[in-house]
Amino acid sequence: MSKALPRAHELGLIGCHVCGLVCREPRHPEAACPRCGSALVRRKPDSVTRTWALLIAAFIVYIPANVLPIMRTVSPGDVDDNTILTGVVELWDKGSQELAIIVFTASIVVPMLKFLVLGTLLICVQRGTHWAQPQRARLYRLIELIGHWSMLDVFVVALLTALVRFSLLSSVEPLPGVIFFGLTVVLTMFAALSFDPRLTWDDKGSE
Amino acid sequence: MAASQALFSRPSGRSLRPPNWLICEDCDTVYLRPDLQAGEAAFCARCGAVLERHVRFGLDALAALVLTALIVFLMGNMWPVATLSLNGQEISATLWDMILIMWRDHSRIVGAITAITLFYFPLINLMGIGWLLLFARQGRRAPGFRPLMVAMHHLGPWTMSEVFVLGALVAMVKAKSYFDVMPDPGIYAYAVLTVLITIFAGIDLRRLWDHVPDHSP
Repeated sequence: MSKALPRAHELGLIGCHVCGLVCREPRHPEAACPRCGSALVRRKPDSVTRTWALLIAAFIVYIPANVLPIMRTVSPGDVDDNTILTGVVELWDKGSQELAIIVFTASIVVPMLKFLVLGTLLICVQRGTHWAQPQRARLYRLIELIGHWSMLDVFVVALLTALVRFSLLSSVEPLPGVIFFGLTVVLTMFAALSFDPRLTWDDKGSE
Repeated sequence: MAASQALFSRPSGRSLRPPNWLICEDCDTVYLRPDLQAGEAAFCARCGAVLERHVRFGLDALAALVLTALIVFLMGNMWPVATLSLNGQEISATLWDMILIMWRDHSRIVGAITAITLFYFPLINLMGIGWLLLFARQGRRAPGFRPLMVAMHHLGPWTMSEVFVLGALVAMVKAKSYFDVMPDPGIYAYAVLTVLITIFAGIDLRRLWDHVPDHSP
């Protein structure tokens, strides 16, 4: 396989991660890409450690994001605090099942999927296994593609807050849960960006 | 591989010209740059990632597309997104109302995330592409070509205008059970912007590195 499909380091080449320029592997460890000036590295630096750190941080803030309410609805004689999950249930009960499924997917399924997939990818890389490499590559691309859709609920709260501000009658206020949720999305996106998918195809100890 | 022989005779640190090599971003497999016809795309035989996609649009068409997107973006930001009414009282909100109210309502982080992902990065992105294309059409590199191209690469994943359209839809449906809600032109502009951004997503601007030669010494 390696003969038919040579990899960059086998040919003494290196591809710039930013502009894609194909260069000869530099002797300097701190070489810069001659075209765009970005650091010329074979693999993203400390990819596994950084991704783990960001993923764990994201998981920690994901707990209050789900437990704490994300917004408060005040209407005459009624104060209602919503978490992400009760928001989904409310949509479902009010007859918007399709939207309930979309919000559930964006807010619950996608973040969980990111934790599971990135965790699995990291463990596989650390063990140097060749197991399911094409599938792992596809999962990573999926995470990259859908990652930012989790921000959905944050925008929902922001728009509702801006719209519902009838001074005395009713209002919507953001509650701390939405901050934690926004941070979860940002941290998981950083985690996905710091993971280097090339590692999936590297042999253990080849670095 | 005959071509790889020539490669090793080049001095160190030099790029390879003509740029006929291509390295898969996801797995580091090396290919000869494929000759693609309109509508074709090349995929990596090892990991399945898209190596390169043929761009249907010429530079002029792309520039027109960016200009359209910029106008639509401005409209989407100036016009209110939705109007809500109750007992004759009416309230409409624009994107910036949203950002400022979140900032004031003890959710500065959310306000900042919203401002960055829905306003600053999309705007910088569109203006940056427009600026680069303006000069690329004349076969030149725009002033600031290099830092801009690098910046655009890093901004890419943080533009979320398309998510906002769906979010606004959900917010309106939620509000509908208590109030009269009317979608406003702003959200239609955003819907159009989503379509335009989707078209852009299929275009790898990094080809500009090759298409527009560097004349500076």
